[in-house]
Amino acid sequence: MDLILVNLIDGLVTGLLLFMLSAGLTLIFSMMGVLNFAHASFYMLGAYFAYQISIAVGFWMGLLIAPLIVGVLGAGVERYGLRRVHQYGHVPELIFTFGLALLIEELVQFIWGKNQMPYSVPEVLNFTAFAISGNSIPAYKIFMIFISIAIFIGLLYVLTKTRVGMIIQAALSYPRTVEALGHNVPLIFMGVFGVGTALAGLAGVIAGPVLGTFPGMAFVLGSIVFVTIVIGGLGSLWGALVASLLIGWITTFAKSYNIEMEDLLNAIGISTPENLSDSVFRDFWSLTSPQIADILPYILMVLILIFRPAGLFGKRQS
Amino acid sequence: MTVSDPKHDVPEGAREQDQITTDPAKASERMRAGSMTLTLAPWVIATVVLVFLPMFFTNNSALTIMNQMSITIVFALAYNMLLGQGGMLSFGHAVYAGVGGFACMHIMNMSDFFETIPLVILPVFGGLFGMGLAMIVGSFSTRSAGTVFAMISLGVGELIAACSVIIVAFFGGEEGISGDRTYAQPFFGVEFLQQIEVYYLTIAWLVISAALMYLWSRTPVGRMANAVRDNPERAQFLGYSARWVRYYSFIASGFFAGVAGGLFAINYEILTEENLNTASSGVILLVTFLGGVGFFFGPIIGAIAFTLLQTVLSLSTELWAFYAGTLFVATVMFFPGGLAGLIMMHVPAFKLGKASGLVMPYIKTLLPAAIGLLGLAALVEMTFHFRHAATGDVEMTLFWTTFNSHEILPWIIAGAVTVIGLGIAKTTAPALKEAWNEANTAGGAS
Amino acid sequence: MKNITKLGAVSALSLVLGASAAFAENIKVAFIDPLSGPFASTGTNGLHQFEFAADYMVNEKGGLLDGQMMEVIGFDNKISPKESLIQLQVAIDQGVRFIVQGNSSGVANALTEAVDKHNRRNPDSRVLFLNYAAVDPALTNDKCNFWHFRFDANADIKMDALTDVIAENDSINKVYIIGQDYSFGKSVSAAANKMLGEKRADIEIVGDELHPIGKVKDFTPYARKIVASGADAVITGNWGADMLGLGKSIIENGFTGPIYTYYAAGSGITAAFGESGKGIIRLVGEGQINPPASQEASDYYNAYKAKYPDGNIDQSRISNTIGMLAKAISEAGTADDVVAIANALEGMEYETMWGGKVFMRPQDHQAIQDMHINAHTNEGVTFTYDNSDYGVVTESTVVMASMDSPTTCEMKRP
Repeated sequence: MDLILVNLIDGLVTGLLLFMLSAGLTLIFSMMGVLNFAHASFYMLGAYFAYQISIAVGFWMGLLIAPLIVGVLGAGVERYGLRRVHQYGHVPELIFTFGLALLIEELVQFIWGKNQMPYSVPEVLNFTAFAISGNSIPAYKIFMIFISIAIFIGLLYVLTKTRVGMIIQAALSYPRTVEALGHNVPLIFMGVFGVGTALAGLAGVIAGPVLGTFPGMAFVLGSIVFVTIVIGGLGSLWGALVASLLIGWITTFAKSYNIEMEDLLNAIGISTPENLSDSVFRDFWSLTSPQIADILPYILMVLILIFRPAGLFGKRQS
Repeated sequence: MTVSDPKHDVPEGAREQDQITTDPAKASERMRAGSMTLTLAPWVIATVVLVFLPMFFTNNSALTIMNQMSITIVFALAYNMLLGQGGMLSFGHAVYAGVGGFACMHIMNMSDFFETIPLVILPVFGGLFGMGLAMIVGSFSTRSAGTVFAMISLGVGELIAACSVIIVAFFGGEEGISGDRTYAQPFFGVEFLQQIEVYYLTIAWLVISAALMYLWSRTPVGRMANAVRDNPERAQFLGYSARWVRYYSFIASGFFAGVAGGLFAINYEILTEENLNTASSGVILLVTFLGGVGFFFGPIIGAIAFTLLQTVLSLSTELWAFYAGTLFVATVMFFPGGLAGLIMMHVPAFKLGKASGLVMPYIKTLLPAAIGLLGLAALVEMTFHFRHAATGDVEMTLFWTTFNSHEILPWIIAGAVTVIGLGIAKTTAPALKEAWNEANTAGGAS
Repeated sequence: MKNITKLGAVSALSLVLGASAAFAENIKVAFIDPLSGPFASTGTNGLHQFEFAADYMVNEKGGLLDGQMMEVIGFDNKISPKESLIQLQVAIDQGVRFIVQGNSSGVANALTEAVDKHNRRNPDSRVLFLNYAAVDPALTNDKCNFWHFRFDANADIKMDALTDVIAENDSINKVYIIGQDYSFGKSVSAAANKMLGEKRADIEIVGDELHPIGKVKDFTPYARKIVASGADAVITGNWGADMLGLGKSIIENGFTGPIYTYYAAGSGITAAFGESGKGIIRLVGEGQINPPASQEASDYYNAYKAKYPDGNIDQSRISNTIGMLAKAISEAGTADDVVAIANALEGMEYETMWGGKVFMRPQDHQAIQDMHINAHTNEGVTFTYDNSDYGVVTESTVVMASMDSPTTCEMKRP
């Protein structure tokens, strides 16, 4: 029972982290129709910049400055890269971000080398906040939860209560009308892209010390972010939140409990074949949930796309 | 609290962009395939050249690399049946090639059956298995195009790649499945012991598959694939089911991908997880786009260029992936028609008989630009060496010159070459543009 | 159009291939391992150690035979079996007779079969495959062949040494086994189960599981289970980011017992564990780094550090590989006839500077050597890793580990 509570907290941390990434991605998508494949690369840049800054002036300055740099870089990519490719259409845009992801990974290796960076949790937060029956919850995780929730509330506030948010929302649906009203729509696009990537960068800053800062960190996370926003429904902020938490909890619980395929199949009335070790399906029978925990989101995505292509909260198809 | 609400309507522009909408009139931006009819001549020439190539490149490594090129060409052409001709972006196409290859590997290991068939027909089995998998997956993934199709392909690709380490009975875990091609029935006395024999088998399949894929694009279904790509609604009005057209293209593409997998099995005699994973799927997208999706022969050029980058450039520099990435991004940004688009750009000038007027301006601009870029590459290499080489190790060799990367002189030289090269290119660029316009304008003396 | 491009492409290709085939006298060793991509750091580090070993142990002492130099050429296989086979072909065409490779048993499997087939089909250009780090036991058992030599202890031998130490430790009553879901992870788990059962039947295995390789972002849930199981010790075969992620997570969750590992040192991992891993992380491996086993080893390490200040010698078997190859070439009196060299390698006893002997078992071409259980610590460390204050110090040693272990190898000799 205690373990369930611990797992709930762990899943929440994973889910909220995923949300920081998918929130930016889904905003960018709903505004510009671009599925940004390089999104996780900005997450990686955030971690590396923060590491570099933390060496010089400490973790907290890194937390403040690194996302800003990433955001500026992101805005630059939009202004000088995407906007140019935009004229060719949707597919080249997607492919451009795909190439950009490869390029950023190579650049990071070029500058920082290929080893894991010793980017670590600041001393202030390096203690155990509390323990539940022997399982300690580090203070840093609590800190991550609070940062993520603060970001979510801030984002919601900006989008729904401020003038800028209103313009953004209007530009999402009727870009031409908004332009006719005298607003600078390309500037709004650039801004949204910048903010989206800055959020990814922030996620990198706070995740780097726990999940590791290495050149493969974007690749590990890359496609799962897509899965999240597809499950949640493209363009829906709430969908992204729900899907992120869902994925966080599903994967955490699947890893924590050894559910075996054999038991499942027996439970629904299929009996284990004799001579299991000779059977062609032996690997299928011996599956356990931790083995497949990290591919469960993909299964979920394919099922959702087949039965509800708009995603959980999405209102449109593509 | 209704952040997601106002977004139910797609902006006018976005809906159009779900289809490929570049200007097909400009070759350099052309993303639509299928309107170019090839005569017989290029096929004959290509075949003859392929047959005689081993006379010039006798060593086994050149043959191995050419085999790799041929396999990539077949795979890239199969992929372009989806991307270029059908407008369907797949992020998991490696699995069809991979499953076809794994099936061939299992056939190789069924010694009783394998002894009765000649090796040359093995790729057919690969094709059939690739097609079988495509029939299953396509039955739900081709229902819609655009993002839904792309995401299902990504999901299915990840699932099957993940299965490859879990389902050991079929995929052999990370060690993969290996076999021996020489146990097949000898084909007119040939046992395929030597690389050169495998080369001829591979190019035979390359020419046959390329021809079949070309002919496919001429059939009504192939033509309808273009129509569905460009305007599915209109195609529906004409009485064609967009879904079925997509399904047929998908199956055909799966078949040829499987053939490529079968050729892989014959060449390497081993298939592993890497034949299925998302990185391979990404590479084939890269290859196809680099070559140009708008022309039938685009993927061929892409496959040749990429194999050279990956296999030959990587012998010379650790940074090959960096250059490949740069080239790819530059292609998407400036020439979305790919390398094929670049070449076809020149057709009007040739037709007007003015292509010769382009030669001098090209030399004046592109030569300095190339030198400038090499200078830039030298700077990149030197920076890399400076940062990452061993401390005592200050010597490096670049372009057949050995020098000390910690002295200022080489930096000045490389910097100067870069600045001067690109500078000259910049000053001569307007003249090139003028010559270009002139060469593409009908009339006037040339 | 197609033809022109292809012609141009292939002539470029022959230029590059031809250019590097110019020198004929050197004894060439092809290093086929990842030099780009996610595993590049391990590969590059290995290449440096090979180049250094060839220079320090062979070339600076005047070379071999009549003064022939040993040249290590790096080939980037991008950790892909397919690329490895292409690079193998390129290497053979350049006149290479010795292939060294180590990262990934999958690649090693592909290479050993390809080398076997190549040598059968092309008796004129036979090559030897010197495996310095791929530890899948099958390579010297069911899949063994005459051309393959392994200089590292295989997974079973390492587990044998590890379980010897665990069995002697009375405070360990519950063990948790966790690994990556592929052949190596599975063989670690199988060996641990079998050997613990034989040596200390009273030890309870409270967990035995596999996780997807290279895909896990957050190891916390696994760590929770391990702590909750009440295990006294953890055994894992993880490497790379999976090792670091798992180890950090387990320690963060308050685990204080030993974590027995195969690959938790060097390549940034030692620095990243730092203080938190002290007293917890243990490694099994060959070659004693701290305290230095001999003056020769100290000199060697210092010379290496002078050349590569950021590097580590985390694979002392690399110098054994070069040393034994050099000895075999000298004994055989030829650098071309690989059959004679292989015969010289078979059954060779080699005094290594890292302490003890290395014996190349003729039945299966598996090197038998001393195994050390090392602790990650900052006390008594002469040679640290990753320029941190931490390194590995030998705690206990199993002399000539698994000397009599059985093998299923049926060696076919030419």
